[in-house]
Amino acid sequence: MDLLVGQLFTGLSTGSILLLAALGLSLTFGQMGVVNMAHGEFIMAGCYTAYVVQQVVGDAGASLLIALPAGFLVGGAMGLVLEALLIRRLYHRPLDTLLVTFGVGLILQQAARDVFGAPAVNVSVPEALRGGVDLLGVTVPRTRLFIMALAVLSVAAVALVLRFTPAGRRIRAVVGNRDLAETAGISSRAVDAGTFFIGSGLAGVAGVALTLIGSTSPTTGQSYLVDAFLVVVAGGLGRIKGAVVAAVALGALQAVFETYSTASLAKVGVFVVIVVFLQLRPQGLFTLRTRSLA
Amino acid sequence: MPHRFPLPARLARALAASAALTGLLATAACGARAGEETVAAESCLDTSGDTVKVGALNSLSGTMAISETTVRDAIRLAVDELNAAGGVQGKQIEIVAEDGASEPTVFAEKAEKLIREDCVAAVFGGWTSASRKAMLPVFEDNDSLLYYPVQYEGLEASENIFYTGATTNQQIIPALDYLAETGAESLYLVGSDYVFPRTANAIINAYAEAHGIEVLGEDYVTLGSTEFSTIVNQVKSAGADAVFNTLNGDSNVAFFREYANVGLTAADMPVMSVSIAEEEVGGIGVENIEGQLAAWNYYQTLDSPANSAFVEAFKAAYGADRVTSDPMEAAYTSVHLWAATVEKAGSFAVADVQAAADGVSFDGPEGTVVIDGDNHHVTKTARIGEISADGLLYTVWESPAPIEPDPFLEGYDWAADLSVTE
Repeated sequence: MDLLVGQLFTGLSTGSILLLAALGLSLTFGQMGVVNMAHGEFIMAGCYTAYVVQQVVGDAGASLLIALPAGFLVGGAMGLVLEALLIRRLYHRPLDTLLVTFGVGLILQQAARDVFGAPAVNVSVPEALRGGVDLLGVTVPRTRLFIMALAVLSVAAVALVLRFTPAGRRIRAVVGNRDLAETAGISSRAVDAGTFFIGSGLAGVAGVALTLIGSTSPTTGQSYLVDAFLVVVAGGLGRIKGAVVAAVALGALQAVFETYSTASLAKVGVFVVIVVFLQLRPQGLFTLRTRSLA
Repeated sequence: MPHRFPLPARLARALAASAALTGLLATAACGARAGEETVAAESCLDTSGDTVKVGALNSLSGTMAISETTVRDAIRLAVDELNAAGGVQGKQIEIVAEDGASEPTVFAEKAEKLIREDCVAAVFGGWTSASRKAMLPVFEDNDSLLYYPVQYEGLEASENIFYTGATTNQQIIPALDYLAETGAESLYLVGSDYVFPRTANAIINAYAEAHGIEVLGEDYVTLGSTEFSTIVNQVKSAGADAVFNTLNGDSNVAFFREYANVGLTAADMPVMSVSIAEEEVGGIGVENIEGQLAAWNYYQTLDSPANSAFVEAFKAAYGADRVTSDPMEAAYTSVHLWAATVEKAGSFAVADVQAAADGVSFDGPEGTVVIDGDNHHVTKTARIGEISADGLLYTVWESPAPIEPDPFLEGYDWAADLSVTE
């Protein structure tokens, strides 16, 4: 029983990693409907931002604090460029978008390989985040607690921006009904660019945080991409709330399955559950009620 | 295939039946290709000029580029050395380079291209077992030669492949011997979920049963997975004497960070790894892995004139910050072994090289290696290394003599039932 409770806590920490990786995607894919296969590479760009900042600054603690906003800007800037050059021209052509962004992802991977070399690089963890804390019979690394806190902060920030700022209201208006929003004088083009900037920036932040637990190599982003899409699809498109619940649920599911089998079998189990779940509820956990039916 | 692994009769029949079915399907699926094959065995290798071509087939893109680019560098260095020393049979060697792109199908395609269009005398490369398995039929059908430089799961022998990395009895079994010698009575197995770790763990389980070692857990993650909190907590609560790690690639980074974070150290529960060499230590961060063990046949720190010369030449060619690792050394050695075999045979022709291979030796950085003409593997000294603070590995134990290759583990009674893992 103790182990199970402990595993649920592990699930929470796994879930917060999933959430961090998926949050940006829930904006770009969930809200805008853009299937961005290069999202993983934006995460990877965040990882390398953390690496570069650490090379320049030296101190691991200070560099982490600088890298978080820097990662947001790097990821966001890359998103802006991608949106302006390619995605803007491909709205309403989801299959083309999928292929194009997949190609962009491959180009970014190879670019990282050419600039930083193929072997993984090491981003040191700040002294304060090393080691772990004993909670309910399992040892939870401090890095995971930090990521949990960061995930909560990021979700809160996104929710606040969407709910209370004029920019957030415009985003919600365009998601709710693009044509009507345009009629009301909202530039959907500017809103799209802004949404994509924030979503991609969040991927960059996720990348910086993920250097604390994973590797930083040109293919780092790929390992998070599928999970991120799973979270957004299972959570229901267009709802941040859905992504939060889905991420935690998937993390807990993975952790519990893993207790009774191997990790790779647990992954199969999670996929089976998601497939069955989506059969019963194709729209995901939460749905956005909208009058614009695309 | 000169060696046959003893199979229970029923399994053998089942295998034969499925092999026949596969063959039938393959013939049906590519009838056009099968037609060409009658002429394919005729090599287009031309040795009348001043140069002879060889192929270098490694992944320079995709997920395996992280490891295989370093092997390419080692192959280039060996070829440059041969050329500087007057070439092979008086002919300069020219490399035709191809990118395997981390895709087994691309490996097969490029191998075919190297053999048929570029008419190379031999191909050096491959890393994953999947890439080797994909290339094997190409080399057998075209009767050409592949030199494969990476440690692997054994249970294979082809006339057309020379295996210059370790097979299981030159790496995994010595590692287990070492752990048993140092008092480990229980093990926890962690690996990536594909053929090498599954086969390695089957061997480890059989060994453990025969030697009274308890296996407390066996866990697999999907390739590239970075989620290790559950596994590491289970490892910790199981309290094994040592962990045997067959994870591959990026997963190692997440595993060792998590391992260190929950307070496990090399002193209380050492991890024996078979896929972590000098190249990988940097990415994991030496502070997370210092003191842990690895099983290989070569380390950059080996103290021998041949190794000093190799390391010096490598750094001179590619930069002082570069390190040399076991697969790189095996690739470098494979080029020299090929050259020595050609010199002995007095010919570049595949049949002559195969006939001359038995007993050909090379004094490489890892010591003297000798080709076994029967199974096309080489003798290798097993070495256990400890990862030190400078990011390099230092030998803490080595086999008293080079170990004869035994890819089908025929010399080990306890391994008699292992064929089922294939």
